[in-house]
Amino acid sequence: MLLIDCPHCGPRDEVEFHYGGQAHVPYPVDPYALSDRAWAEFLFYRDNPRGPFAERWVHAVGCRKWFNAIRDTVTYEFLAVYPMGSPPPNTSTASPPAHDSAHDSGSDPS
Amino acid sequence: MADQLPEHPAFLWRNPDPKPSYDAVIVGGGGHGLATAYYLAKNHGMTNIAILERGWLAGGNMARNTTIIRSNYLWDESAAIYEHSIRLWEQLPEELDYDFLFSQRGVLNLAHTLQDVRESRRRVNANQLNGVDAEFLEPDQVKEACPIINVSDDIRYPVMGATYQPRAGIAKHDHVAWAFARAIDAMGVDIIQNCEVTGFVKDGNRVVGVETNRGRIGAGKVGLAAAGHSSVLADQAGFRLPIQSRPLQALVSELFEPVHPTVVMSNHVHVYVSQAHKGELVLGAGVDAYNGYGQRGGFHIIEDQMAAAVELFPIFSRAHLLRTWGGVVDTTFDASPIISPTPIDELYVNCGWGTGGFKGTPGAGYTFAHTIATGAPHPLNEPFLLDRFETGHLIDEHGAAGVAH
Amino acid sequence: MTAHRLTGYRVDPDLSPGHGIDRDAGITVTVDGASVPAFTGDSIASALIASGRLGCGPSIHMSRPRGILAAGVEEPNALLRIEARTPGAPSESMLPATTVDAVDGLSAHWLQGMGVLDPAGDDAYYDRKYVHTDVLVVGAGPAGIAAAREASKTGARTVLLDEQSAPGGSLLSGRDETIDDTEAVAWACAALDRLTAQPDFTYMRRTTAIGSYDANYVVAVERSAADVAAPASAGVARARIWHIRAKRVVLATGAHERPLVFADNDRPGIMLAGAVRTYLNRYAAAAGQRIVLATTNDSVYALLEDLHTAGIAVPVVVDSRPEPSDRARAALEATGARGVFGAAVVGTSANGQADASDTGGTADRGRVTAVSFASVDGSGRPAGAVETVPADTLAVSGGHSPVLHLHTQRQGRTRWDEAFAGFVPEAPVSGQSVVGSANGAVSLGTALEQGAHAGHAAAAETGARGPLVVPTASASAPGPVHPLWLIASPGAPAGPHGPTAPRAPADSEAPTTAQPLAGNGTPALAPEHWASHFVDLQRDQTVADVLRAVGAGMRSVEHIKRYTSISTANDQGKTSSVNAMGVIASLLEDADPASVGTSTNRPPYTPVAFAALAGRRRGDLYEPARVTNIQPWHVAHGAEFEDVGQWKRPRYFPRAGEDMDAAVLRECAAVRTSVGFQDASTLGKIEIRGADAPEFLNRIYTNGFKKLAVGKGRYGLMCGADGMLFDDGVTMRLAEDRFLMTTTTGGAAGVLDWLEEWHQTEWPDMDVLFTSVTEQWNTIAVAGPRSRDVIATIAPDIDVANESFGFMEFRETQLSNGIPARICRISFSGELAFEVNVPTFYGLAAWELVDDTGQEFGITPYGTETMHVLRAEKGLVIIGQDTDGTVTPQDAGMGWAVSKLKDFVGKRSFQRTDTARPDRKHFVGVLPVDGVTRLDEGAQLIAAGTPVTPEAGPVPMIGHVTSSYLSAELGRPFGLALVENGFNRMGEIVRSPVGGTLVDVEITSSVFIDPEGKRRDG
Repeated sequence: MLLIDCPHCGPRDEVEFHYGGQAHVPYPVDPYALSDRAWAEFLFYRDNPRGPFAERWVHAVGCRKWFNAIRDTVTYEFLAVYPMGSPPPNTSTASPPAHDSAHDSGSDPS
Repeated sequence: MADQLPEHPAFLWRNPDPKPSYDAVIVGGGGHGLATAYYLAKNHGMTNIAILERGWLAGGNMARNTTIIRSNYLWDESAAIYEHSIRLWEQLPEELDYDFLFSQRGVLNLAHTLQDVRESRRRVNANQLNGVDAEFLEPDQVKEACPIINVSDDIRYPVMGATYQPRAGIAKHDHVAWAFARAIDAMGVDIIQNCEVTGFVKDGNRVVGVETNRGRIGAGKVGLAAAGHSSVLADQAGFRLPIQSRPLQALVSELFEPVHPTVVMSNHVHVYVSQAHKGELVLGAGVDAYNGYGQRGGFHIIEDQMAAAVELFPIFSRAHLLRTWGGVVDTTFDASPIISPTPIDELYVNCGWGTGGFKGTPGAGYTFAHTIATGAPHPLNEPFLLDRFETGHLIDEHGAAGVAH
Repeated sequence: MTAHRLTGYRVDPDLSPGHGIDRDAGITVTVDGASVPAFTGDSIASALIASGRLGCGPSIHMSRPRGILAAGVEEPNALLRIEARTPGAPSESMLPATTVDAVDGLSAHWLQGMGVLDPAGDDAYYDRKYVHTDVLVVGAGPAGIAAAREASKTGARTVLLDEQSAPGGSLLSGRDETIDDTEAVAWACAALDRLTAQPDFTYMRRTTAIGSYDANYVVAVERSAADVAAPASAGVARARIWHIRAKRVVLATGAHERPLVFADNDRPGIMLAGAVRTYLNRYAAAAGQRIVLATTNDSVYALLEDLHTAGIAVPVVVDSRPEPSDRARAALEATGARGVFGAAVVGTSANGQADASDTGGTADRGRVTAVSFASVDGSGRPAGAVETVPADTLAVSGGHSPVLHLHTQRQGRTRWDEAFAGFVPEAPVSGQSVVGSANGAVSLGTALEQGAHAGHAAAAETGARGPLVVPTASASAPGPVHPLWLIASPGAPAGPHGPTAPRAPADSEAPTTAQPLAGNGTPALAPEHWASHFVDLQRDQTVADVLRAVGAGMRSVEHIKRYTSISTANDQGKTSSVNAMGVIASLLEDADPASVGTSTNRPPYTPVAFAALAGRRRGDLYEPARVTNIQPWHVAHGAEFEDVGQWKRPRYFPRAGEDMDAAVLRECAAVRTSVGFQDASTLGKIEIRGADAPEFLNRIYTNGFKKLAVGKGRYGLMCGADGMLFDDGVTMRLAEDRFLMTTTTGGAAGVLDWLEEWHQTEWPDMDVLFTSVTEQWNTIAVAGPRSRDVIATIAPDIDVANESFGFMEFRETQLSNGIPARICRISFSGELAFEVNVPTFYGLAAWELVDDTGQEFGITPYGTETMHVLRAEKGLVIIGQDTDGTVTPQDAGMGWAVSKLKDFVGKRSFQRTDTARPDRKHFVGVLPVDGVTRLDEGAQLIAAGTPVTPEAGPVPMIGHVTSSYLSAELGRPFGLALVENGFNRMGEIVRSPVGGTLVDVEITSSVFIDPEGKRRDG
């Protein structure tokens, strides 16, 4: 049961959320300027990395707000949580999600 | 006393080192990769080929699926390829001389709402006209086909009927893989395990080989059959796929005397269950909601599955959850596969089978082999090319594939 | 006390502490029809052993006699079916006798590796509970108790789980250990007593942690103290599934002992040495009277001392280590027992027949009568003379395997510890620690120290601090372990080990001959020499089976396990998995099991009943049944219901003697000739408010909403980005910046999610808000030529004349009984119709007002079936019935609703080649030509002249029937369908295969009555 750090409500169980797939794929500015192939890219093609992935989530059973996250698709570990509309942080420098408060006293094993 | 399982052959495969090059290389040693190599050798005379498997042979979804085989899909295009697959299944035990416990014990797809009934009848009627064996059963007939189902009104979504495909069934997944592996090994195909593709070698827009952790291997043609890891390979090769990799879980109970004579699937009361030859109940669970390569999922999915199972099969109440596991399924927007050339010459891809690849193993191998050998799709996989996402001619099988499976 | 023949017995109180049993509480259980005396606290296994009956069901495939091997969940042989205690409750199979509490009157039968499912469903209660805790400690052995104590004293919320019914873990198997100068079991009980008195501490016994998930989410099963088969008291759960979210987890889960692999190592009487000790000390049950000990490590010497104290003969201790360790030497001296070093057991003799298929006979069939041993060389091959001594029991210790399931379920890595000869954690999972024997700690003192430190640190990491006090006990250095993975039979050709012995070819070798192993000029590895060296007892799998797998070309332990089915049984390899790896490593000439692979464990750690996991999600609680507040009226008036999403909606209201067809024909006729009313409250309602609401709706709906006048409504269509219809409904403009959208009943939640997604993720600058008000409003449809009369009476303050109250307009008013209402002229039937919307507080009252008022017009309640028929007669689409996710507005004949002026979600997709095809499937009407046949919904359509020969190849279909009804108005059946190029096939006669015949069907317009729409205004 993933623990997801909603920016508004704090850490909640994954069953409170809906998944929104890849983040930062905006609706095209001018769909009519796109070829059918490019339009298909928007409709159906999404990144599918094995590793850190910028994705969208919505706290469906709570505040119902959308937000972005970077999560490792192999370990399922959340590397960052950031507001909808913000650019992705650099995960090597970003602080981990707040729900790691249990880790904040320091002595975590490596 | 329980029946012993059939003995396995004394010899299955060599463990050769890779040659410097082959006429064709299949990336992915799961069921589809093995079947593809088989049909390349058998139908197209190509034996100077290799299967490259990054782990242990058939250790991915082929090692962990819920073994259901059926062809009762809605759309003409789907029915055609899955039915072709079943007809190949029916020949394979003798053709491969391997008893992989293919048991055509039928499949029931339950209907629990009026809309379920409409869709069931639509699919049965289409199946019949497409040459797929199908009938619609009323609840009392469902009970007769599977006496342990609860068809009474005392559950939240009572059974209102079901579709029934008599020729559907199950088979032992590992044994299927080994049957293909033995056959292709005997034909001179190299099965290279612990060999991970790390890149592609191109000459202009044409693939001419692969880089692996065991060195470079030249290839006249390359077929990708890596299921949940297809995007990883596509990224390396420089093209995109419209798939998302999701965790899919399954579970078994311990061994019981036989009580469940057929295969039952329900979209609405989400459960699909069979009882294996050895005696364990085999159940599939739902897809976890997010992208994942971890081959595991959440326990709440299992609990949902258990609630559904006990509702429909009170006799399972005191069966015990013995083991859960997960795989990585490559899902497409329309729950239909991709068997296609790619934008890169002589590079072909078979993926997107999502939660339902096992039943398509021979059909995928057959059509993918044709596509690789000739450079063009077989009529059966013509509707499943990448270009359907551009034209909009999707083949939406969420209804039939709706239960993850 | 002593029976004639060598066998087990109950040990007197002065010779065994009997920690676990209450000798004042004598009870009786029945196994295979025979009475077995027991004490409260016994397991079925311990009671049987104390009665001299350790034989159990025979092996699954070979029907070999088997006996109890272990004392806990790792038991592979002794599987029971427990009979139900009360009528109607189910029996339960595949329970290890070592895990079933003996309860008075319990009746059980041995199984042969397979269970029997009882058709009686399980009506027991099973609960699910959730808890957040600071520290979770799994295991109440010494390490776990120390951890719990040090954590809890800081004030950190601490939960301690243990699978046993009493605290102490491994201490319960001992007798003379002390902790802090106190007898160890007493120390454990006292520690728990003190802990339980502390606030925010919870100890759960009989609770097994079965699964460990992300972010320290642990699932555990708590079994009730009531007996297994009887129902718990009414309202009390038989088991609880605990969902625990912990900040920190301490795993103190102990270790399982491994058997040794030698010929016929499955015989009854061969038991794990630790189990023999457990039976002796915890249950005061002597497994036998002449017990040989065989070991690779120091652990059996405590057993030796305890057996000596209990007066039980130990003819010899066979120890694989070349030299006695200090521990061994001391114990042998103290007891005077004989020890043989650098030796191993190579076989046994047994009594009676090999075939145990007659289960009614003596419980000791096939039991060990003598043990044979010999010196072994450096590779474990027997060398030198074989000596045989009489014995009825052989206690073996091949080594210990830390119980790391919860660790590896979290992808915790393990490494092979050479000195310990077991897989130990390589590093704990983040936020966790592993302590005690689970961490390879052998001595009690070390376990306590690790536990105390871990509990202290765990609490500190959650911000709670306190002084650290480490309980003290003997912390002797562990002696050497000398594992023997494979012990060949004496007399077999030279074993598989050693540099000169043939071996499996390495992968890098080019194959010379095809067959690497079994039986190809390598007699040492011929399977017949290994056919009774068991690796997995429960699967009846031997070293011969492993050889066969390796011979087939398999090298991966995963392949070999699948080929042989090793580790797949009920015990999930708890005593076989590591041995299998050791065997494979030996055969492949690798150094240690880790080179073969590491074990992956999957939840659950031990089996859990399906019904326990289903919990309360049974029957009515399986999923909520949503009903409107008018439901009581529907029920009282005999409505038949259908499920629409999670809602129960009246489908029709049959009168006495009516079937559905009769009721629906009557209801339809009533609506078209007079007036009917329907509870439409389930339709989704979303209030959309904000300055940008009009623009937002314009982008979401296919048709325009920006210029919709206040006070009016408009039917809108919604498409996905792929251009396919997915919902529809009327949206009313309440104010410049305020709209009330309606959706389909089943689509409401999805539409709300859709709206919010587009707003928040694409157009966050738009000033618009969404509120679900589905449950805030009741909607009562009043439809038919006389509906105006009804509305005029119930809403006297509004002018209902057609000129004053136009189609798709709405008025806000107060009903005659004071209820505030919004009344809209919306029609789904094509008749003059109104929808009366009231706040749900007043719903039933408003409904009854309509009913009372309508009596003089013969007002008729109608359900969803009638609604479907009426709209179908007017060619109106039901999203999700007439559409299936592949239908565009144009396909559905609603191109008029597709704006040419504005962009909206989905519009671009209409231009794709397949979506723009003129001959797509179109939404049309179908009329069976004979005027009598009602087609099935789902019937397929084929062109006239198409031969129906599916056996010769697929029969081309042109479409299917989506809706099909009898029509009171038309006096004949009719339907709606999706047909290829349907708009251009009006009047064409096509066919529908029905049963074995072909029914002629005419393609028509989807509008069957009143095409000019004259009835709409009444």
